[in-house]
Amino acid sequence: MQIGVLALQGAFAEHVAMLRRLGVTPKEVRLPCDMEGLDGLIMPGGESTVMGKLATAFKLIDPIRNFAYARKPIWGTCAGLIFMARDVGHVQPLLDLLYVKVERNAFGRQVDSFIADLPIPIVNKALGLVDTPFRAMFIRAPIVKSVGQGVDILAQLPDGKIVAVQQEHLLGTSFHPELTQDGRMHQYFLNLVENS
Amino acid sequence: MTQAKQSFELKTGLAQMLKGGVIMDVVTVEHAKIAEEAGACAVMALERVPADIRADGGVARMSDPELIQRIMAAVTIPVMAKCRIGHFVEAQILESLGVDYIDESEVLTPADEENHVNKHHFNVPFVCGCRNLGEALRRIHEGAAMIRTKGEAGTGNVVEAVRHERAVTREIEALKTMTETSLKNIAAEYRVPVELVKQVQTLGRLPVVNFAAGGIATPADAALMMQLGVDGVFVGSGIFKSGDPQKRAKAIVQATTHFRDAKILADVSKGLGEAMVGIEIDTIVEAQLMAKRGN
Repeated sequence: MQIGVLALQGAFAEHVAMLRRLGVTPKEVRLPCDMEGLDGLIMPGGESTVMGKLATAFKLIDPIRNFAYARKPIWGTCAGLIFMARDVGHVQPLLDLLYVKVERNAFGRQVDSFIADLPIPIVNKALGLVDTPFRAMFIRAPIVKSVGQGVDILAQLPDGKIVAVQQEHLLGTSFHPELTQDGRMHQYFLNLVENS
Repeated sequence: MTQAKQSFELKTGLAQMLKGGVIMDVVTVEHAKIAEEAGACAVMALERVPADIRADGGVARMSDPELIQRIMAAVTIPVMAKCRIGHFVEAQILESLGVDYIDESEVLTPADEENHVNKHHFNVPFVCGCRNLGEALRRIHEGAAMIRTKGEAGTGNVVEAVRHERAVTREIEALKTMTETSLKNIAAEYRVPVELVKQVQTLGRLPVVNFAAGGIATPADAALMMQLGVDGVFVGSGIFKSGDPQKRAKAIVQATTHFRDAKILADVSKGLGEAMVGIEIDTIVEAQLMAKRGN
């Protein structure tokens, strides 16, 4: 299984380290040629505007879209989720793959960043694990304001805010599993790749 | 004052999101928008870039909160601001504005020659400069969630940033083979707990994100620092003191991503117009060296 991690900017090294712990040797993606032979792609946290601009400048937008159209799994965390979305209420380069409306910096600035025990019953059930919450880090995090047809809600905060979604082979989370030692979300994505 | 509510991992977490990116000094809303448009991963809001601080002389202080707020309102990326070394009230003010990171910076005139700000007391994360591993670890022990080289700001001369990054790397390398006794001695010399030194020995790197800063003026400078092992770069005077800030800013962003790809580096280095006029470090009188401030 060949997993790519978009390495334009942001916390891509943390995803690479987590995948290695799970026994996968990932490939860093900076140029279209790096996409060859991939079975799945992770887009990390970072600054979504930076990622979008660099992806545009180095002609990665179409290859990533075509990858998704070929039903290959893609997972975006935080900035990655924003980059995958259809609408973020702000003019910036977007992949327009996930049929969701995202609100950027939905909780405020850095002083409002927080950690929460997030229930992930669907993920735990799929992995055959005891249903324990995920210690989720929200850093200047976005939320999913509304979902379109075919988008399932994977996780919500106690107040109902949507922070993880799945649209068939596409996955988006507004928190950062790559900053923890908890490999459940990564395993869930690897299973998606395995079964795609 | 009480301990901060915000955990250290959230503070270091934001720095992890900035990695592989370029943080640009901006002095106006217009600059901030140019920086964001060029692909900056954050901006440093200030009244004067280091080159002007150097030229103007006098005491350099925290910027006008109104300017910082206007810049915060103008961009969606994180906004940082500088306080003077040891000036914890400037830091309190910046925290109350909601800036995303505070740079306790030697570029401003130090307010305390003995003490840095106790950064554990704040919810907002801090980045601090260093010239070597000892300085880096003292700042981390005081609560810094991100480190940068000091370099020599406002010179357009990368030599000091290289010196500082190489010193940190060399000193971490030396830790790797040290015995328990040597580690205790070095921790005493660095004036930090031995546990922190051991953590660096185990990780083989600083335990927080480490950027380059001070004198970076070209895409090649940025890529040089990245190849020397930093996680990202700050560009101060280098962009808005050059002939074509927009183009240069974009080129430095692209060079930081593709720092090992000489062909792309050559491409983005083409036709950038004039770089900022540099200063030879030897020509700066001792008292005006910013990197010596805050040990």
